[in-house]
Amino acid sequence: MYANINRQDLVEAAADCLGRAQIALPPWVEERISKASLEEKNPVARSNLQAMLDNLRIAREQEVPICQDTGLAVFHLEIGQQCSIKFDVNSALAEAVRLATRKVPLRPNAVDPISRKNTGDNTGPGVPWIMTEVIEGETVRITAFPKGAGSENMSVVGMLNPADDPLDFVVREVAKRAANACPPLFLGIGIGGTFDEAAALAKRALLREPKEGPLEMGLLSRINALGIGPMGLGGSNTALGIRIETACCHTASLPVAVNFQCWANRSASALVREDGWIVS
Amino acid sequence: MDRILRTPAKLEDILDLEAGDFVSLSGRIYTARDKAYAAIRERGAPVDLVGSAIYHCGPIMQDGRVICAGPTTSSRLTRYTEEMLDRGVRIFIGKGGLPGDSGLIRGRAVYLAYTGGCGAAAARQLKAVRSHLPDLGMAEAVWELEAIDMGPMIVAMDAHGRDIYEEVRSSVRTRLAGKTDSD
Repeated sequence: MYANINRQDLVEAAADCLGRAQIALPPWVEERISKASLEEKNPVARSNLQAMLDNLRIAREQEVPICQDTGLAVFHLEIGQQCSIKFDVNSALAEAVRLATRKVPLRPNAVDPISRKNTGDNTGPGVPWIMTEVIEGETVRITAFPKGAGSENMSVVGMLNPADDPLDFVVREVAKRAANACPPLFLGIGIGGTFDEAAALAKRALLREPKEGPLEMGLLSRINALGIGPMGLGGSNTALGIRIETACCHTASLPVAVNFQCWANRSASALVREDGWIVS
Repeated sequence: MDRILRTPAKLEDILDLEAGDFVSLSGRIYTARDKAYAAIRERGAPVDLVGSAIYHCGPIMQDGRVICAGPTTSSRLTRYTEEMLDRGVRIFIGKGGLPGDSGLIRGRAVYLAYTGGCGAAAARQLKAVRSHLPDLGMAEAVWELEAIDMGPMIVAMDAHGRDIYEEVRSSVRTRLAGKTDSD
């Protein structure tokens, strides 16, 4: 028996996720910013972190986007093996983006890469970007992960020599790039795989909470020791969390991807079932 | 205690500020980013920029209201700094600074950092007056806005040659080099 997923449910759930993601951060993200603001000694850094916390409160109260860069729409779909989807998911999610663009409202950000002409509704070829995973079960879990340009523009993939140290590469690149990515940052890091797999691993790493493993914590303390600080104006909080995902790679390769995420680490999820959808 | 700035700003208002000062600003400001800067170079400025404040921002506007309007990355716009100074701009507002331009703005302008991502807070401090170059679209048009106690902002690059971003970058380079030496 398969669970039939209704197109209208997916459209509504996706539009709702995209809207919620813009207005309030996941509680764990806000907690980390709050903790950083208590720890900072640098007055400029403290002022920046306090401004972020004030901004989050205002966005929630007024139900407006946290940041005017409402991003390029990215969706992550975890599709249960027992689900049956008899419609075009791409067009359904594009419809959801158009709905959210009018309702929230979102800033029209999607442009043709050559002509730079704005499509006006945040959709177009390849947008929204949809990542899928097949999992156990009979529901579809959808996560909206709008990605602003400030931090995405700083992201990088390096095809290293296997003799290189991938963590040294990350520290060097973060040292160069963090200030313009609206720190304090969350870093998704993909090590291994192919060129594109490393980037996908890095993006997926950002969809989950940071890890507190020895590699992540070591890297976090090296990055915070650089003193770049909130908004690049100095301080002890340059990154608030890191997650590293790895895959096996060719014996002659060492791909390393660093996906930068600004402090406004926005995402929201919903579960779509045969009988409707719920906030998750 | 915040320093208070008003536009149009005089040279002495600017010279009075030092890197690290907290500032709030009131008066007319103009948004301009990538396409607006290019259009101003090509077609001329749609408004008088003498003593003005330029805000590197692509806002969300709806029904004549500012919904969300935080700063965008200023480093993309450094190729136009000199031209904007020649047009009389005294205050640049954005995030990330104007890398390499502290010599250019010395004695002429200041750079104020508004906390990136704080668009909801900024919108409460800004009222829409009118749009210029609306053909560039919502994010890229020049929006004339009335700022009311816009802040807190930090003087990140002052008119005396100090640039906090550059000071941080330089200290990061030293720390990176130190690490390599001891490895």
